[in-house]
Amino acid sequence: MAEAHPVGFQWVMEAKRRGAKVFHVDPRFTRTSAVADSYLPIRAGTDIALLGGVVRYILDNELDFREYVLSYTNAATIVSEEFSDTEDGDGFFSGFDPETGTYVQDSWQYEGNEGSSGSGHTAKERDSASGLEHESHGAQIDGDTPRDETLQHPRCVYQILKRHFARYTPEMVERVCGIPQDKFLELAEAWTRNSGRERTGMLIYSVGWTQHSVGVQYIRTGAIIQLLLGNMGRPGGGVMALRGHASIQGSTDIPTLFNLLPGYLPMPHHADHPTFDEWVDSIRHPGQKGFWGNAGSFAASLLKAYWGDAATPENDYCYGYLPRLTGDHGTYQQVLNMIDGKIKGYFLLGQNPAVGSAHGRAQRLGMANLDWLVVRDLFMIESATFWQNGPEVATGEIVPKECRTEVFFLPAASHVEKEGTFTQTQRLLQWREKAVEPPGDARSELWFFYHLGRKLREKLADSPLPRDRALLDLTWDYPTHGPQAEPSAEAVLREINGYDVATGRPLSSFAEARADGSTAIGCWIYTGVYADGVNQAARRKSRHEQDWVAAEWGWAWPANRRILYNRASADPDGNPWSERKRYVWWDAEKSEWTGYDVPDFEKTKPPSYQPPPGASGTEGIAGDDPFIMQGDGKGWLYAPSGVLDGPLPTHYEPVESPVRNPLYGQQANPTRKMYAHPVNSVNPSPPEQHSQVFPYVFTVSRLTEHHTAGAMSRTVSPLAELQPEMFVEVSPELAVERGLAHLGWAHLVSGRAVIEAKVLVTDRLTPLRVENRLIHQVWLPYHFGFEGLVTGDSANDLFGISLDPNVLIQESKVGTCDVRPGRRPTGPALLDLVADYQRRAGINPGHNAPAVTTDSEGKEHGAS
Amino acid sequence: MGLRTFIEGWPVYRQLTGTDPLGRGAAAKSDGSRALTARTEDADSVARSVCPYCAVGCGQRVFVKDGQVSQIEGDPDSPISRGRLCPKGSASKSLVTSPLRQTTVRYRRPYSTQWEDLELDTALDMIADRMLAAREQTWEDVDTQGRPLNRTLGFSSLGGATLDNEENYLIKKLFTAMGALQIENQARI
Repeated sequence: MAEAHPVGFQWVMEAKRRGAKVFHVDPRFTRTSAVADSYLPIRAGTDIALLGGVVRYILDNELDFREYVLSYTNAATIVSEEFSDTEDGDGFFSGFDPETGTYVQDSWQYEGNEGSSGSGHTAKERDSASGLEHESHGAQIDGDTPRDETLQHPRCVYQILKRHFARYTPEMVERVCGIPQDKFLELAEAWTRNSGRERTGMLIYSVGWTQHSVGVQYIRTGAIIQLLLGNMGRPGGGVMALRGHASIQGSTDIPTLFNLLPGYLPMPHHADHPTFDEWVDSIRHPGQKGFWGNAGSFAASLLKAYWGDAATPENDYCYGYLPRLTGDHGTYQQVLNMIDGKIKGYFLLGQNPAVGSAHGRAQRLGMANLDWLVVRDLFMIESATFWQNGPEVATGEIVPKECRTEVFFLPAASHVEKEGTFTQTQRLLQWREKAVEPPGDARSELWFFYHLGRKLREKLADSPLPRDRALLDLTWDYPTHGPQAEPSAEAVLREINGYDVATGRPLSSFAEARADGSTAIGCWIYTGVYADGVNQAARRKSRHEQDWVAAEWGWAWPANRRILYNRASADPDGNPWSERKRYVWWDAEKSEWTGYDVPDFEKTKPPSYQPPPGASGTEGIAGDDPFIMQGDGKGWLYAPSGVLDGPLPTHYEPVESPVRNPLYGQQANPTRKMYAHPVNSVNPSPPEQHSQVFPYVFTVSRLTEHHTAGAMSRTVSPLAELQPEMFVEVSPELAVERGLAHLGWAHLVSGRAVIEAKVLVTDRLTPLRVENRLIHQVWLPYHFGFEGLVTGDSANDLFGISLDPNVLIQESKVGTCDVRPGRRPTGPALLDLVADYQRRAGINPGHNAPAVTTDSEGKEHGAS
Repeated sequence: MGLRTFIEGWPVYRQLTGTDPLGRGAAAKSDGSRALTARTEDADSVARSVCPYCAVGCGQRVFVKDGQVSQIEGDPDSPISRGRLCPKGSASKSLVTSPLRQTTVRYRRPYSTQWEDLELDTALDMIADRMLAAREQTWEDVDTQGRPLNRTLGFSSLGGATLDNEENYLIKKLFTAMGALQIENQARI
């Protein structure tokens, strides 16, 4: 955190000054480790084993915050007797379908609800990354569930959790992660001490956690711990994701993502959502409790914002205009389709996949096989010049005179040359004022897309084709100003906020959304950002003039709420858990919820409220159910649906690992998304043969002085000067083993690529003892490429493409490689070296090892 | 110059007799350094902004002089950053004023070995034509069972996490209305 989010880290130091104990878990000793109380080096890719160890420690010692756990989580809920655990299935839960490598989730359901697992089969959900829809709400679940408040029922969630993690002992943590037992126990004791009425603890992760084939389950394990300790919805608690781009949260909420529409509404699927009503029902789940009961209002209001007068109740608000998914249309599938010649054009909008995405060679070969490419950026990035300067030009794989891609480079406006909002990592929107005009031809994306849309509509104005109606009926009449006819960002923000169609009055809250076409809302979770016609995101009341919650600085979704589910900051009766941790509470005199933050609860629903039998929607949420977006109002220790690779996190080895899974026969996540394409490959892992060809673990991360793929830092002289060269950090032990000289050169080889880097021999990396052998890990920054003031080989070239099944994010924080002294070969000899490694490792590009682990006797593990 | 003025001109004298015994402030000043003013003092305007790098969202104040960015500093009012910026945020002025920034449209023809210039409006027109052609060639009305698809898989888009919410909103809205599905950004990476 000190490296990648230094200014956020000041709050960790502030907490430390007040007595908080700071633990840092990382494969590499960093600036964060240097000021932490305790540093735990970990084998990359084993976090579930570590966190699972903490879960076991809590349950074994009964250190959970019992009152919180009983009332606010699903610990007491009883699960179907058809469910069987990975402990009984050698790494498989019940319901695995080896044919598709996915689960049927019926047996994971609560007792009596076996038929309510949604689609039942999750193969389709994996292709459409449907896990992402749950960013704002839980998955489908029936509201009425059997419970055992004594937590003794053998099939209640509490007991299932206990059995599931029983083998995640301190000894096992040491065996899997390489973390000594005393270090682990120090962490577990400190974490669990920060629990209860008087204390809370916080879990902070950076989004490298998501870049694993089990990334979602990492975060699930963290959430289980935080729920058991009563750390959710309370001040000083939570699971904090430190995201890495200025508005990556905003571009997820208002998604430039294939599977989502604004506000986490799913992009319709051709088979599952043929009609508007079926689409809405798939979101609101008739009969289910919670706030998603209003999904029809949010959906109709979005379509009304898109298609204005053309969208009527009679034509289902132009639902028919929406394009339909048929499967996986994610960025990695796209790249492989580009290589196969199926995609003609590509826009790059401030993103540089030639350096920043996994398997850089595949990215560049894909771009070299397009009809046209539009790059909009501040600088001439690698993704614009791959045809001229890329590594494949050196190897002869791309010949400029034979490369057919037509490239348009359009300069973009910088953050000070346009106005608009960023949404930062805690859901806070902050408006930026424009300081200066952009230079030359540089324009904002707002300008580019508004005027592009205008041109497209002009060109099609006389079209009789039905398919062009969606574009011609689109509301696209934003006011413009200035010499360049810049569209008004405030007008767009007002549409995002939503308005009353008849009067144009901006809405104040998403509770005002209607399903009858009388409201138009561009992104329902942002409703309120333009309440009263005032740009609430532009508020800048100084921190010196308001309390520590700082509710008048910017605006946070939803409803300017700074801590989600903050009903949980009060006890079931509505009183603060303690004076120290007072945040939101029930004011009995006024009969309403009040506090320092906007209460995340119906304002006048008393803590004693019990829903009438059979109630659904918001009416079904009891006065002591804080998790109002969940179908049962509870925090989920166990996820009966919504998470495709299991209701509980399970340790699987990374897709590429030198270690056989010490816990289960199944080696890696059996539901991971794999692509059998000739350009892609996976290095072998045990029990497959030849894993010793790639004996070392490598991981990548950021330097303080650079940003992502380097377009905004390798081009900036002070930053380029501070970190001028690509390098690899190796331990002194590995340097001896491989004959690497400090400040000399090394090259690293995977089944995809070979890259070179300067060697930094340092004890920031240390070999870990795992399963009675030494595992060496090396670390690389992933910022370097071949353009800019400072250049170097790209670390992401080493990775192949294997994805998490829930969100289709690639495993690019851990892989295996070989490390050799000296510089890499150049030209065709480079390809020969990779081919030689592939041959020695038995890699057959285009053919994946089966998802289900098969041992040397050919016996499949666990699948049933 | 009188003797007294000469002696008082000595930093060590001021250090020993004045209010700056460590000689790190007023005592060490020369006439030259005394006349210096901060770039922020004579700015024509100041814009309240936000750092463009990571997602912490540190407040920035952008100082403008003669239509140019003259300085970017942390915003001390921000409850998030309390005026601080990291090395990247502190280099924001160098980012937006970098001589490496491209400020004109560049165009590379198929099979060409070099870049050419192109008018912005021409580029916009050419891009619109190519989008419509790709869409026409790859349009899918219905699936094999006659269910609506209303889409093109003929072109893709990547990026959005460095952009404004308003921009992402227009990108998604326009592409969706064109039937373009393959819209992705850094959140998938």
